[in-house]
Amino acid sequence: MKYACLVYAEPGVMAALSPEEGARLTDDSMDYDAGLAASGHMIVAQALESTESAVTIRVRNGKASSTDGPFAETKEHLAGFVLIEARDFNEAIRVATGIPMARFGSVEVRPILRLAHS
Amino acid sequence: MTAAMSGRTAGWDQVVAEIYRADRGKVLASLIRLLGDFDTAEEALHDAFAAALAQWPERGLPESPWRWLVSAGRFRAIDRIRKRARLAGYEAELGRPAEAEEDVMPEADLLEDDMLRLVFTCCHPMLPPDAQVALTLREVCGLTTEEIARAFLIGAPTVAQRIVRAKARIREAGLPYEVPERAALPDRLESVLRVIYLIFNEGYSAMQGESVVRHDLTAEAIRLGRLLVGLLPDPEGQGLLALMLFTDARRPARTTPDGDVILLADQDRSRWDRAEIEEAGDLLERSYHTGEIGSYGLQAAIAAEHARAGRIEDTDWRRIVAFYELLLVADPSPVVALNRAAAIAMRDGPEAGLRLMDQLLAGPLAGYSPGFSARAELLRRANRCAAARADYRRALSLASQRPERRLIERRLAELDN
Repeated sequence: MKYACLVYAEPGVMAALSPEEGARLTDDSMDYDAGLAASGHMIVAQALESTESAVTIRVRNGKASSTDGPFAETKEHLAGFVLIEARDFNEAIRVATGIPMARFGSVEVRPILRLAHS
Repeated sequence: MTAAMSGRTAGWDQVVAEIYRADRGKVLASLIRLLGDFDTAEEALHDAFAAALAQWPERGLPESPWRWLVSAGRFRAIDRIRKRARLAGYEAELGRPAEAEEDVMPEADLLEDDMLRLVFTCCHPMLPPDAQVALTLREVCGLTTEEIARAFLIGAPTVAQRIVRAKARIREAGLPYEVPERAALPDRLESVLRVIYLIFNEGYSAMQGESVVRHDLTAEAIRLGRLLVGLLPDPEGQGLLALMLFTDARRPARTTPDGDVILLADQDRSRWDRAEIEEAGDLLERSYHTGEIGSYGLQAAIAAEHARAGRIEDTDWRRIVAFYELLLVADPSPVVALNRAAAIAMRDGPEAGLRLMDQLLAGPLAGYSPGFSARAELLRRANRCAAARADYRRALSLASQRPERRLIERRLAELDN
């Protein structure tokens, strides 16, 4: 079964890391991703640029509008995602617990919803 | 990829899947002991089966697959720990190099006791009861979080949280991964039996014809019962397994095609599973050898009386009442008292049962729907139809499950005719 691990972090917390801590976190994260690939859990993982480079699109009554920044102002911003294959929810939680960013931010684990055409 | 290659791969997938189904619990149980932690062991289990899929097609099936898997899982876990320690700079603290993968594990490391350790740990009384159930179903029986959730008609995150917290509690409280000592065994065993019985009852009360496919919990409970009896001979364990088998044997006769309940008195006994009844009878006999009998054994003895009777009319109600007298001593609960009253009514006539039921339904069972149905049945037999109708209506007002409600409505309709 597929699960999305959505990684949230406070920009302030990340900015407060020393260059060495930041580099170590990046290394750990990439190593963890590699581990997930080796174990067959990984579908895809990506880090995201900060919300400063975000644009939010809405289409209402046929009109498209775009605003700078994330869809809502929150303390923690979406920093990345890891899409995984896992046997069940608890295994997904186990995988999510190991994500290095979980030590600094929050990882939301969501089961993938399978859509079917009507 | 040639057709031959893909055929072989498909064949190996099935072989490994079958071994997963059969030995997963045993491999996990040993890995937990060797690695000291549930999550580490689960990661190792995953790695071990991945290694099996990669290597067995080339090297062939090992002589003892589950031993190979434990060894492979342990090797990979140690490897991971070393890698992580190296990254964290702790490499100097680790001593001897990782063992070669082909190292044969010494006998002492692979005791069947590991399954017992796992069962007792999952059913530890320090864990909340619903967590014991969830943990046992997932770790011992191999159900997924989602399967457990569907079986109990609750949400997957709820089950997931119970399991996460239970594992945390085990870790933080330092609950030892062990088979309890002789002195502690009776209490700890009671906890295990309660979990198995809970699982069985949940499965048994699940009605057919529901839209959601629910995992067969009665089969899991029986499987758990067999595992326990096989590893740890004990009269109450044997009694519980016998009770479950006697009860399950009646399943083919229990419901109409529409999913309506057929009561014991009206069941077509030719549909009962005779093989299960025979197995249950043998178990009950064995349980008598110790000279002790407990509440599960007594419930099984009562079930045995029903199984022995070719028709409801042939039921030995005297013996059943005698067993209920003993059961009330072992388990003085109002529901047991109610069932005893129903049996006394069968032995001595409705009035005898009614006297006892009046007390219970005015007191501890005032909100118990089956109690009012039971009394209504006696009132009907005593030709007190107005009172019977009143009790059926009371039962209806207290019943929440649809099949129960349909049964009561049918009884009411029969009364009106």
